[in-house]
Amino acid sequence: MKSLFLFPLALIAAPVLAQPVAAPAAAPATVPAPPAEEGGLTGSVSDESDWQNLDIAITNFQTDADVPTQTSVGTTSQLGRGVSQIIAANLRNNGLFKPAGPDGLPQPLFSEVQSPNFGLWSGRSDEMLVQGSVRMAGDQIAVGCYLFDVALKQQLAGASWTVAPADWRRAAHKCSDLVYSRLSGENPFFDSRIAYIAETGPKSRRIKRLAVMDSDGANHVFLTTGQAIALTPRYSPDYRQILYLSYLNGSPRIYTIDPETRSQRLVVQSNNPIFAPRWSPDGKWVLYSMAQAGNTDIYRIPASGGTPLRLTNTPGINIGGSFSPDGSKVVFESDRSGSQQIYIMNADGSDQRRISFFGGRSATPEWSPRGDQIAFTHIAGNFRIAVMSPGGGELRYLTDSWQDEAPSWAPNGRIIQFFRTQQNSGKATLWQVDLTGRNQRQLPTPVDASDPAWGPIRP
Amino acid sequence: MSKGNIAIALAVGLALSACATKAPKQLPPDPGTASVGANAGGPVPGSQADFAAFTQGQDTVYFDTDRYNIDSEDAAALATQAQWLMRYPNKRATIEGHCDERGTREYNLALGERRANAAKTYLASLGVDATRLNTVSYGKERPVAMGSDEASWAKNRRAVTVTID
Repeated sequence: MKSLFLFPLALIAAPVLAQPVAAPAAAPATVPAPPAEEGGLTGSVSDESDWQNLDIAITNFQTDADVPTQTSVGTTSQLGRGVSQIIAANLRNNGLFKPAGPDGLPQPLFSEVQSPNFGLWSGRSDEMLVQGSVRMAGDQIAVGCYLFDVALKQQLAGASWTVAPADWRRAAHKCSDLVYSRLSGENPFFDSRIAYIAETGPKSRRIKRLAVMDSDGANHVFLTTGQAIALTPRYSPDYRQILYLSYLNGSPRIYTIDPETRSQRLVVQSNNPIFAPRWSPDGKWVLYSMAQAGNTDIYRIPASGGTPLRLTNTPGINIGGSFSPDGSKVVFESDRSGSQQIYIMNADGSDQRRISFFGGRSATPEWSPRGDQIAFTHIAGNFRIAVMSPGGGELRYLTDSWQDEAPSWAPNGRIIQFFRTQQNSGKATLWQVDLTGRNQRQLPTPVDASDPAWGPIRP
Repeated sequence: MSKGNIAIALAVGLALSACATKAPKQLPPDPGTASVGANAGGPVPGSQADFAAFTQGQDTVYFDTDRYNIDSEDAAALATQAQWLMRYPNKRATIEGHCDERGTREYNLALGERRANAAKTYLASLGVDATRLNTVSYGKERPVAMGSDEASWAKNRRAVTVTID
């Protein structure tokens, strides 16, 4: 059984795919997913319980010399403990694995970091072991990270990173990604950031500020003051810009803001209101939606500026848009049929066709970075986060609440972030759900939060 | 909105037929007092306060769920607004479009714009110079009724005319 995890990733996937559909009692999906037929990608939602039930011990990362660091955490040994805590929290909070430690575990010597004393672990339930090291390397910090199979007494993965003191948490996220990717066969996602809208004040006059944070909520920064309403941010693929909507000059327009310098630039000069900014996956194009005489249409413009190309031209509201990962297609929202529904077109606007036929309304489509799914908000009374195939089939609900809205994909396409609004109070919070729908959690934010936008894996 | 629709809405509005299917409304202004605005101690003639006193709640028009058409009640309210705006031809106004909370954020921004634009087009059809009228949509960002119920949502689906002092 345990030797399963020694196999390369493709072999791990095989038995998973052969399993029967997940127990209906636990799955919130109301429509069972037939085997994937579209896009040629592998089973979109595998039953992940095999590796998710793994017991993983994470010991304190050890140091060869306990010396001060330029971090707020303290010395290298304190930093080692901090790194271990972040890894354990990452794996636990996302419903991945069953991590133990670093407290309450046998702790290795520095010399044992890469060659564990497996005898210490043989009588315990831990199947996997994560150990590591933290050392000063000049004025940088070097972090080593190693994953072992306890029963097989073998190292499964190992890597090290040298980071600036201010970036020490990134090393912990890289190590989390290494462990997660090696055991799940999925692409990494922890070393990423999230842009969102922080909300305070009464429901009648919410103050809305652009804010950013690491994928675990750390390194939180407010980027705007709240004097102008800020909405719907999107990180550029290289993290150097954030597109967002602001009422800076009294009317809704889209701007880019540099998260470091906070300098802002109006993206499109126009007397018309402009909404719903989006990047292309390569960062070379921007989509926006502009209202004119009551109609709203989607336009595409080079990110560096230039002549806009109008992509939609039907009466009604055409808005939003999300590129397929290869940039060839755009999924968007339109009420041309009478109510909000989801359509797909080529990136030049040709071949527009509706793909949502689920009853009710379908809104805010977002194409998975893997290409195999489109996440959206389905409105039939309540607002629920759902996924479908790019062909419009295989509807599956992932949440069931009064008002869940605006899905945003993790960089690896395995977790979806969205915001949940409370009835009456209007208070909004950020949530994450995995593609099984079983692992759902609220992301802690300093104040209320909405409009999450998950950036890619950091460069 | 097509000219045909406007003509129909106008005709219905002139007939003063009441449409009872929609949002809670205040009573239309008493014709006897509606034209008063310059009496001593009252608001400065031509000011936003004067506009508010003149329109008596008819500064706002209400919409059905996901709709933006001007019905007879809206037409009557906009006619009252137009009366004031024609009297003060140098005044400009902003029409703010709003939605209830039961729509997605970006769609509501576009829908609020559509509602504000419908009100603007109607005022223009009554003879108000369209260049005097701006629109701005707040989507679901600025509700006036705080509940999560039909009555509150009906009050929030609105276009409000605010004159610029």
